[in-house]
Amino acid sequence: MIDFTEEQLERYSRHILLDDVDVDGQEKLLQAKVLIVGAGGLGSPAALYLAAAGVGTVGIIDNDVVEISNLQRQIAHFSKDINIPKVQSATEKMSAINPDIRIRTYREYLCADNISEIIMDYDFIIDGTDNFPTKFLVNDACVFLGIPFSHGGILRFNGQTMTIIPGQTACYRCSFRKPPPDEVPLCAQAGVLGAVAGMLGTIQSAETLKYITGAGDLLTNSLLTFDAKTMTFRKIRLDRHENCPICGSEPQITELVDAEQAVCGLA
Amino acid sequence: MTTTITAEVFQDLRGVGCPMNLVKTKVAFSKMKSGQILGLILDNGPPINNVPRSVTREGHEVLSQEQLADGAWSVLIRKA
Repeated sequence: MIDFTEEQLERYSRHILLDDVDVDGQEKLLQAKVLIVGAGGLGSPAALYLAAAGVGTVGIIDNDVVEISNLQRQIAHFSKDINIPKVQSATEKMSAINPDIRIRTYREYLCADNISEIIMDYDFIIDGTDNFPTKFLVNDACVFLGIPFSHGGILRFNGQTMTIIPGQTACYRCSFRKPPPDEVPLCAQAGVLGAVAGMLGTIQSAETLKYITGAGDLLTNSLLTFDAKTMTFRKIRLDRHENCPICGSEPQITELVDAEQAVCGLA
Repeated sequence: MTTTITAEVFQDLRGVGCPMNLVKTKVAFSKMKSGQILGLILDNGPPINNVPRSVTREGHEVLSQEQLADGAWSVLIRKA
């Protein structure tokens, strides 16, 4: 059992006061290890909220540097951070919020060759990537290693997210078999309302904190979608599929591969 | 005949306001076993109005509350 300092008791008091979190839940948060894939629109709010919540170890992977076009939605990065690595910029903000936590940074792209080694040490993964190949790669690696994760995606005024507990609940491939054709635009081409990134990344953070503390019911076997234009939220039931190519009874996918994406999508 | 109940864990929370008095009460409970008795001293006013109500809502049993000479309250709670 952790002996909380007076400062920690005050810092985490609003968690400890919650019946479903309590002292025990805050201890679990301080001992948890969460990896955020992508320090962009979704990863930024996730990084800040996980740090604020006292998640003991937060890993963050991203190979990019901060660009001015990121600042409209990637709230961990400030104007002064332009041209510095996103993982460095995010780390500074997380440490400033909460010096209690350990932060591990990975300045690289996640790919089939490195993903297993990077994620195997974590209790939960937040997918905050901006491209389909990596979303499928995260799903497949998490299924192989049995690591729970939160899928998330945003475009224009829309967001979607679901929480996956491999082996128990529907995985991303149960419903979305393979990356869509290259015609599906990315934010870079289609645009995205800045606050939509915060909405979705914050839902993913809440799911992470719920998973670690055991509070409430997770967004499993269902896809939450919203349209910020009409502020309509829908929860669509998605069941596990017996014939899922990766978590079904006779999986066809037995190893990790990098899916291809059009060159423009890698920008 | 009176039965005396003795607290197994005791915290003097005089001068500790809301909500930190409840946070410290929850920390004390987290180190206790079910059925053990926690004795608290709470200030008059919001502390005595709020802490017993909150612990009752969480399922613990308030066994007694008694005002002391200095105006603070002595409260005994059985952990759920």
